[in-house]
Amino acid sequence: MSSITTPATWSTPTPHPTSPSPLLSIRHVAKNFGKNVVLQDISLDVAEGEFLTILGESGSGKTTLLRIIAGFESANAGEVWMGEERLDRQPPYRRRVNTVFQSYALFPHLTVEQNVAYGLRVAKRPEPEIASRVTEALEKVRMTAHAKSKPSKISGGQQQRVALARALVNRPRLLLLDEPLSALDANLRRQMQVELKSLQREVGISFIFVTHDQEEAMVMSDRIALLRSGELEQVASPREIYGCPATAYAAQFIGYTNLLNGHIRAGIVHSGALVWQANLPDGPALFSLRPENIRLAAGGAAAPGSVRVCGKVRAQAFHGATELIRVECGDGLVLVVRTPASGGTLGDVALEFAPTDAILVRQSPERI
Amino acid sequence: MFSRVYKTTVTLPPLLWVTVFLLAPYLLMFCYSFWSVSASQTIVHSWSLTNYGQLLRVDVYWQTLLRSMWIAARVTIFSLLLGYPVAYFLSFHAGKKKDLLYQLVIIPLWVSYLVRAYAWKTILGSDGVLNTLLQYVHLTKHPLEFLLYSPFAVVLTLTHIYTPFAFLPIYAALEHIPRNLVEASHDLGATPGQTFWKVVFPLSIPGVVAGATFAFVLSLGDFLAPLLLGGPSGIMISNIVVSLFGAAYNWPLGAAISFCMLLLVVGLLVVSERLEKKWSFS
Amino acid sequence: MELLVSEAKLVSGSRWLSFYAAGVFAFLYLPIAVLILYSFNGEGVGGFPPHRLTLDWYRILFADGPIWDSVLNSLQVAFAAMLISLAFGIPAALALERAQFPGKALFRRLVLLPLILPGIITGLSLLMLFNVMGTKSSLMTIILGHGTSLISVATTEVFAGLQKLDRAQEEASLDLGANYWQTFWRITVPNLKLSIIGAALLIFTLSMDEIAVSFFLIGRDNTLPLEIWGRLRRGITPEINAVSTIIFVFSLVAIVLWYRLRVRGEGRAEVGLEIVEGMEGNAI
Repeated sequence: MSSITTPATWSTPTPHPTSPSPLLSIRHVAKNFGKNVVLQDISLDVAEGEFLTILGESGSGKTTLLRIIAGFESANAGEVWMGEERLDRQPPYRRRVNTVFQSYALFPHLTVEQNVAYGLRVAKRPEPEIASRVTEALEKVRMTAHAKSKPSKISGGQQQRVALARALVNRPRLLLLDEPLSALDANLRRQMQVELKSLQREVGISFIFVTHDQEEAMVMSDRIALLRSGELEQVASPREIYGCPATAYAAQFIGYTNLLNGHIRAGIVHSGALVWQANLPDGPALFSLRPENIRLAAGGAAAPGSVRVCGKVRAQAFHGATELIRVECGDGLVLVVRTPASGGTLGDVALEFAPTDAILVRQSPERI
Repeated sequence: MFSRVYKTTVTLPPLLWVTVFLLAPYLLMFCYSFWSVSASQTIVHSWSLTNYGQLLRVDVYWQTLLRSMWIAARVTIFSLLLGYPVAYFLSFHAGKKKDLLYQLVIIPLWVSYLVRAYAWKTILGSDGVLNTLLQYVHLTKHPLEFLLYSPFAVVLTLTHIYTPFAFLPIYAALEHIPRNLVEASHDLGATPGQTFWKVVFPLSIPGVVAGATFAFVLSLGDFLAPLLLGGPSGIMISNIVVSLFGAAYNWPLGAAISFCMLLLVVGLLVVSERLEKKWSFS
Repeated sequence: MELLVSEAKLVSGSRWLSFYAAGVFAFLYLPIAVLILYSFNGEGVGGFPPHRLTLDWYRILFADGPIWDSVLNSLQVAFAAMLISLAFGIPAALALERAQFPGKALFRRLVLLPLILPGIITGLSLLMLFNVMGTKSSLMTIILGHGTSLISVATTEVFAGLQKLDRAQEEASLDLGANYWQTFWRITVPNLKLSIIGAALLIFTLSMDEIAVSFFLIGRDNTLPLEIWGRLRRGITPEINAVSTIIFVFSLVAIVLWYRLRVRGEGRAEVGLEIVEGMEGNAI
């Protein structure tokens, strides 16, 4: 996972989430199906031109939230605003929102071209305009050669691109993507992630992308909204969520982490055998420590200010450029450490980490 | 699982039965159609095309065939007009009641033809329920004669009987349409009405073709409803065949007409299958 | 929470549709309802409104000898037809669902043809066959006629049941040492139990009600529908309403039972559609 390096072009600054007028404003939306509460009090703003990912496990409510924005479900409470208009009062066919479905939902009786033209035809645009916009859209997704084919004759990846073109050609203000890459194999998926991201930059439309794949979310998003059991756990940029997870769940869901239970007294953290200084109020505390922030210490004294602990390596998992090792440190403490691949089997090791890398997180309440 | 022995044990018995009781009879019917009947009411095994010639030349046969096709066509159209909306309603709007309503539609399918035809007979007669009802509420003074013993009665009864036949394949086709296509259509800006004509209906056409074929073929060959309700003006081609095997005693001619009907039915089935394949997209 | 505009529109659109659908249901059931009502009408058939409610017609019906003879005949025929149809229809279903062999398409079409063919053609062709063979028309010929028509029903029903069967179960049985024959009786048939019972029920009902094919193959003994038919030709009596009502009730119960059995055996209620697929010659 940490073998992916982020190309410089993607390090664009995140649009300020509370910029003057967000494109979409979800306010206190709740939804239940009978006794089953799927969404509880969701409030979220989406900025113009932003790539927002709603990330969550299956059952977290992410698809339901998307469907409420698209108009296929109506919320039991709350409002959805787009600019100055109440979006949730409008039927799906009046909203300036388009969806790329998980199963693509291409019309089997229409050719690729006719599928893409569908929204324009329904809006009764003049034929020359339809022709030129469809051509343009097909070029953008590189499906021009297949314009006259039927959906059953093209591959999954190609269908996905047609679904994308069909949605984008209508120039919606917001594009919703419901796990569009989940049916693709790993290589194609990575390729499409890149394409989707650059496409979004090119057209400048806000994308709301739903996925359960945290890696995908981090690669593509300007911001991630982490959804858990119908509630927003954290909404922040990928770097922020990764570096400063708000809760234990966020820390564990995105990337690997070590969770350290501890107690703070007079500015000192005691966690099992570990002790370090922290300017935090007294009381019980939970810390998230990323495996790559723990180093194998060289022999000798500990570096100043860093925390040192020794242990025995119990397991080593080879990940290509790095290794993930499990170290038993006594007193029931087990640390997962990411180190460059050593090429050998490790036994007893000394570990080091900086106290500032131990991030205080909230314990998320138990959700069903 | 497909040892030779297994295959033979499993295909041979039905194959034999079908050969003896389906194929052979058809071939026999084919042979009969070339024979003729002698003055003393015996079947003469002389081979000629006279029967087919008669079919083409004698007016009554032609006209009756055309009238039968016209009746069958009307039954088909009405069955579709009644069956399609119900199928659509059940598939897209019925929600929890879908199962119950489905049972309600297919039950008449299997309940006695005779019972249903008879029911209409008692309703449509000049002393029947409908006429007396209309007179009772003073909508009419005299019984409406055209209600019974007319092509109208035949079309009405056959529509009643074959609408569930038309309904079934349409319902099957509609059920096969993935609901996300409807959502996609709405998402792209089409109203429910536009969605129906642009997406749902085109994808349901194979079902419509099948339903139309069933209704047409089955009503074309029907002889019971005309006998009960048709009167002299409602005679259909099968009734002619029936009389040729009965009082009019000309089995070969009857066989000729029957065989033509068989060819017509098989032909329609072939055409219908082609059409369905052409319009099927999944 | 306010209604979505779209929901409001859908509701009004589908309101018209539900009225129309209700109308069609009324059309399908009113005639039968009228018939049942008038079986209790003292003044007999026709004449609105119905007057004296009475059970007379039923009393007369129960005393009517020839009707009961014909019922007995019908029962015998239905039972025999059921056996024949199942005996030949189950292997046919197995052949179509499992085996590949030359001429399979033709075989399929032949077996399923009687579903869509008007009864007159089946009836007449068999009549000619019996005539040539010198067989006199009797209950036997009717049994053969029903059997021939209804094999297709047995085939489609059992075929549908086979499709839902997990092939892996049979493979497991073979793997554990049972041969094809044993596997068939120990695994396949028990799993098909509900399909077979359902098919039997359906065939029995259809045979009891069958008239088109029987019309040409009738000998001295009448089946129930033909007995009724004979009386109809002579004139309507309200007794016929009574017997029709009873037939309707029995058929109704049988069909609902069949439906429930099929749903239980296969879960989803796309029951009855296999007949459609049989008629279209598609799925099989």
